[in-house]
Amino acid sequence: MNEFLDPLLLSRWQFGLTTIYHFLFVPLTIGLVTTVAIFQTAWVRTGSLKYLQLTRFFGKIFLINFAMGVVTGIVQEFQFGMNWSDYSRFVGDVFGAPLALEGLLAFFLEATFIGLWIFGWDKLPKKLHLASIWAATVGSILSAYFIIAANSFMQNPVAFRINEEKGRAELTNIWELLTNKVALAAFPHTIFACFMVTAGLIIATAAWHLYRNQHLETMRPALKFGLWMMVGAGALTVLTGDQLGLAMVETQPMKMAAAEALYHTATGANASFSVFTLGTPDGVHELFSIRIPYLLSFLSTHTFDGTVEGINNLQEQYVQLYGPGDYSPTIWITYWSFRWMIGLGMSHVLIAVAGLWLTRRGRSPRWRWMWRVAVWAFPLSLGAMIVGWIFTEMGRQPWIVFGLLKTQDAVSPGVTGVEVLISLIAFTLIYGTLAVVEFKLIKKAIQKGPDDAPEEDPETGKLQHTATVY
Amino acid sequence: MDLPTLWFFIVGFLFVGYFVLDGFDFGVGMSLPFLSKDDTDRRVLINTIGPVWDLNETWVIVAGASLFAAFPEWYATLFSGFYLPLLLILLALILRGVSFEYRHQRPERVWKARFDRMIVVGSAVPAFLWGVAFANIVAGVPLDANHDYIGTFFGLLNPYALLGGLTTLLLFFTHGVVFVALKTDGEIRGRARRLAVRAGALTIVVAASFLVWTSVAFGTPASILLSAGAAVVLVGSFLANLRGRERLAFGLMAATIGLAVLSLFLALFPGVMPASNDPANSLTIVNASSSQYTLEIMSWVALIFLPLILAYQGWTYWIFRKRVTREQIPVEAAH
Repeated sequence: MNEFLDPLLLSRWQFGLTTIYHFLFVPLTIGLVTTVAIFQTAWVRTGSLKYLQLTRFFGKIFLINFAMGVVTGIVQEFQFGMNWSDYSRFVGDVFGAPLALEGLLAFFLEATFIGLWIFGWDKLPKKLHLASIWAATVGSILSAYFIIAANSFMQNPVAFRINEEKGRAELTNIWELLTNKVALAAFPHTIFACFMVTAGLIIATAAWHLYRNQHLETMRPALKFGLWMMVGAGALTVLTGDQLGLAMVETQPMKMAAAEALYHTATGANASFSVFTLGTPDGVHELFSIRIPYLLSFLSTHTFDGTVEGINNLQEQYVQLYGPGDYSPTIWITYWSFRWMIGLGMSHVLIAVAGLWLTRRGRSPRWRWMWRVAVWAFPLSLGAMIVGWIFTEMGRQPWIVFGLLKTQDAVSPGVTGVEVLISLIAFTLIYGTLAVVEFKLIKKAIQKGPDDAPEEDPETGKLQHTATVY
Repeated sequence: MDLPTLWFFIVGFLFVGYFVLDGFDFGVGMSLPFLSKDDTDRRVLINTIGPVWDLNETWVIVAGASLFAAFPEWYATLFSGFYLPLLLILLALILRGVSFEYRHQRPERVWKARFDRMIVVGSAVPAFLWGVAFANIVAGVPLDANHDYIGTFFGLLNPYALLGGLTTLLLFFTHGVVFVALKTDGEIRGRARRLAVRAGALTIVVAASFLVWTSVAFGTPASILLSAGAAVVLVGSFLANLRGRERLAFGLMAATIGLAVLSLFLALFPGVMPASNDPANSLTIVNASSSQYTLEIMSWVALIFLPLILAYQGWTYWIFRKRVTREQIPVEAAH
């Protein structure tokens, strides 16, 4: 019985579930606010009403999604103290700063100007209204930067010293903290991945309507926009992912070794990348695999004769450094999440490339099933995002802050297993129910398609019937 | 003023901002069954806070993050110690937030009624529990040498804390109703004014007893002075409302909440989390705060950005200054 009431295990499950759930909404918030700002800019500059329709259409989907992102985000901030109080005591001096900066510089900006944008259609001059959505965009993207800088401290702690007397880490240089090399690579990687998810949604939406031969005026440009966004963001995600990989090899070699399930240090051709492996569940014995020689060496060092350290060798080093213990993450999780991230990521970029070819110069795909494939761009991209984060966070284990604090030493000592079980069940039930409602509402808004463009009042030039009311 | 003291008051200011602003959101949410006769009325009520509830709620995120950055020990003890009350607050805020967005997505009466109930509950629960939490902070709770809470959930529901919860519940309720009187027109405005009188009278009695209890048991000269000030402006708000001075009544209500919260912070100072079992285990601004460097950085950011934040938020309120009327609510089209 007691093993089910282990506060550590339950708190980890809760943090994992609530974070993944929160991050279903974040990429769409970031990507859609940017998309809406771009469409609205296109409308203000060209006066073309189809862009206004697209602004309001994706704006509506954005809003349904945004509310969930906000309310699940508060849970994230509270959980550090609620479930991980020893972590908070240990790193608060360092880790708290970017969170406070995020609140002061980003969240206020985002929340205020999104309110202005939603309800300001009939109250603000056109350009000021446009500026509001851009201010909200800046707020969203800035918030991503600060939270990733905070997360990067957990991956690669920098800019701190240990205060023995107080038993905690203390910040020594804020600039160094915010320019952590992991943050500089992880931030663009995450942002472009967010754009990929959003592009997936746009492609899926446009394909759904074009398959039914409706809303052609708006959905054709939307498809084009989504396809280019996917290809562009996809390429940039790959490039920044490569940079992040290099930073990871340097700062957390164990994570790279675990990503490849590489037990023994390998050099050159032996440092191969396995596309697929069948092995015993513990990963020690390999039964069958498809391998690309040199690729792991290249990914890790950008040379073909590089050396990639293996799990066993790193384990020995870490025992020397940190004392006895198991310093490798759960290998099957890191191995497969890494592959699924790349595989799913490439799959929807391929869909987008094929889409661009098939729709070149106003053509339409010959086979109608292709539209159905295009709809998959959205779930696939969301899946890639999720497994990417699972890889990042699970690959850091057993550390909560790499090399400084283990996850098992971070949990709140005063919170009982029963309390965490109660909260885990409560979150699961509420989040599960809301997921169903949310999915149905977004689906309904998508399937309804864009409304007709609002007309301008001939005398004042103001748009009519645009006032938003709850 | 040294930096931990400065940050004690910045955190206090952020919580004042949160309670003054989200306080009337809670009040409006709780007032739905009392002030509405039909769906249009309910939509009028919700639209009085439509453009601003989200930014008001953001104040608690910023207050929490500032607590984390400036007083990690306080944040860790408070959030892990008050685990279940905070869980309830989180769940309530989730339900309230999505309900604003979801209720108008479908026309069915059952659908709307469900989310209306969630708005009421989702507003009442935090309005009550924030008072319980702050009363417990002021009164002190049992802490061990690591500053971890060693009491139980029911230990937090002591008489003083429950009175604190009732006080914030009623303060926010009246605050919200006064806000509705200021922000609507027609019948609903009249209803809000009348309700504000009855609710205000009850609030005066409850809030006064809580402030007296706080002053007698935990008061310092400064906190007692502010408590007295809070009581005076609360009565002032009541009188202003009787005379139909809506703006003044609302302003004084905001001042009441601000002064009351500040008086709690002053009763606490320089402690932040007193231990009721052993004073040696107490957290104060000295042993709970971050390092000098972190506080310096944070101070620069706060001093530069807080005025800016207040400016653009004030401007937002100015943009949405007009009263919301039934005529502005479009007839329900088939969604």
